[in-house]
Amino acid sequence: MRRAILAVTATVAGLVALLSFKTHSSSERTVASPEPSASLPPGERAITGNVANTAYGPVQVQVVVATSKIVKVSVLEQPESTSRDLQIGQFAFPKLISETLSAQSARIDSVSGATYTSGGYIKSLQSALDNGG
Amino acid sequence: MVPSPTPAITVRVRHAEHVMGTVVSFDVPVAARHDGSLDAAIRWLHWVDRLFSPYRADSDVSLLARAEVTVDACVPEMAEVLAACAFVRDLSGGYFTHEPGGQFDPSGYVKGWAVERAAALLAGAGSADHVVNGGGDVQCAGGRGLNEPWRVGIADPFRPGRLALVVAASDCAVATSGTAERGPHIIDPHTGRPASGLASLTIVGPSLALADAYATAAFAMGPAPARDWTASLEGYAAFAITGTGATWHTPGFARHIAL
Repeated sequence: MRRAILAVTATVAGLVALLSFKTHSSSERTVASPEPSASLPPGERAITGNVANTAYGPVQVQVVVATSKIVKVSVLEQPESTSRDLQIGQFAFPKLISETLSAQSARIDSVSGATYTSGGYIKSLQSALDNGG
Repeated sequence: MVPSPTPAITVRVRHAEHVMGTVVSFDVPVAARHDGSLDAAIRWLHWVDRLFSPYRADSDVSLLARAEVTVDACVPEMAEVLAACAFVRDLSGGYFTHEPGGQFDPSGYVKGWAVERAAALLAGAGSADHVVNGGGDVQCAGGRGLNEPWRVGIADPFRPGRLALVVAASDCAVATSGTAERGPHIIDPHTGRPASGLASLTIVGPSLALADAYATAAFAMGPAPARDWTASLEGYAAFAITGTGATWHTPGFARHIAL
């Protein structure tokens, strides 16, 4: 559960960073209806993050968690008034979502990468997996 | 009514062992703990560390480097390691070397070899499904269950904690060389300078000892020669991420990519 909340926070942080390139004021917002928990398969639950006010407008994400792994990330609310916003919606959000999924719940068993030291291991994805990922 | 077959559920154990200056992670069936093969694999890694570490003044490698002993006076595994190092050196046109800067040091081969052998110890004791990951170099056997191969993520060298792609691995090794963890430490033996041009290079193939050494050699070559050379390796495939973030892979790599 705590990992899932961290993931929501990290995803929101990523979105905020992404949207912080220029100032933008728009009151327009797109609000997708959140997936009702009742429609989720047994064992899955939805966690909705707080609305983050980015330079482009408000952003809100939701993750669906099954047995402590993220299985779905949705953007509930995102700016959609300029072509730049549309670009973000069409390219950047899907990329961030797929990255969140790949890093946190791609059902990976092990990670291959440049050789880490004992110290570097602590920060590694492999260490997260060893601790019950 | 015919009862539906119950899928076999194997209880698994994860273990992380600090050894050889890194961490070796095991994912094994619980039987490997009960039958002592996990302990045997761990003892093997520490034995290799004692005898093959260039950082221990009394290791066989250090004694040999100082010419205080001959190969014949070392453990028999020394001759095996030397022969393998010479094989990869010759195959790679000298881009892999066990004599960096003229100093005897087979470390570029030893870790992958030791991890592969640790996995073989588990297999020898009857484990069909296990993963041993030595500091980012992985040897797999079998799969994660229900006829699914193991899923090995390839770390994204530009974004810590993220993956570049996922490899489906069954009875094979995945080794990656790169600068993400310890900076530009892979030296081009022909220039004596740190290799440049690649951010990470992954080799997939049956033996971790060879995959690891091949990855080191290819990384030292740089992008263009590495692509040609890895494409020529029989039974081994490569995936590379260049310094600019571009990627390429050899034709044989495509079938390893997990969806």
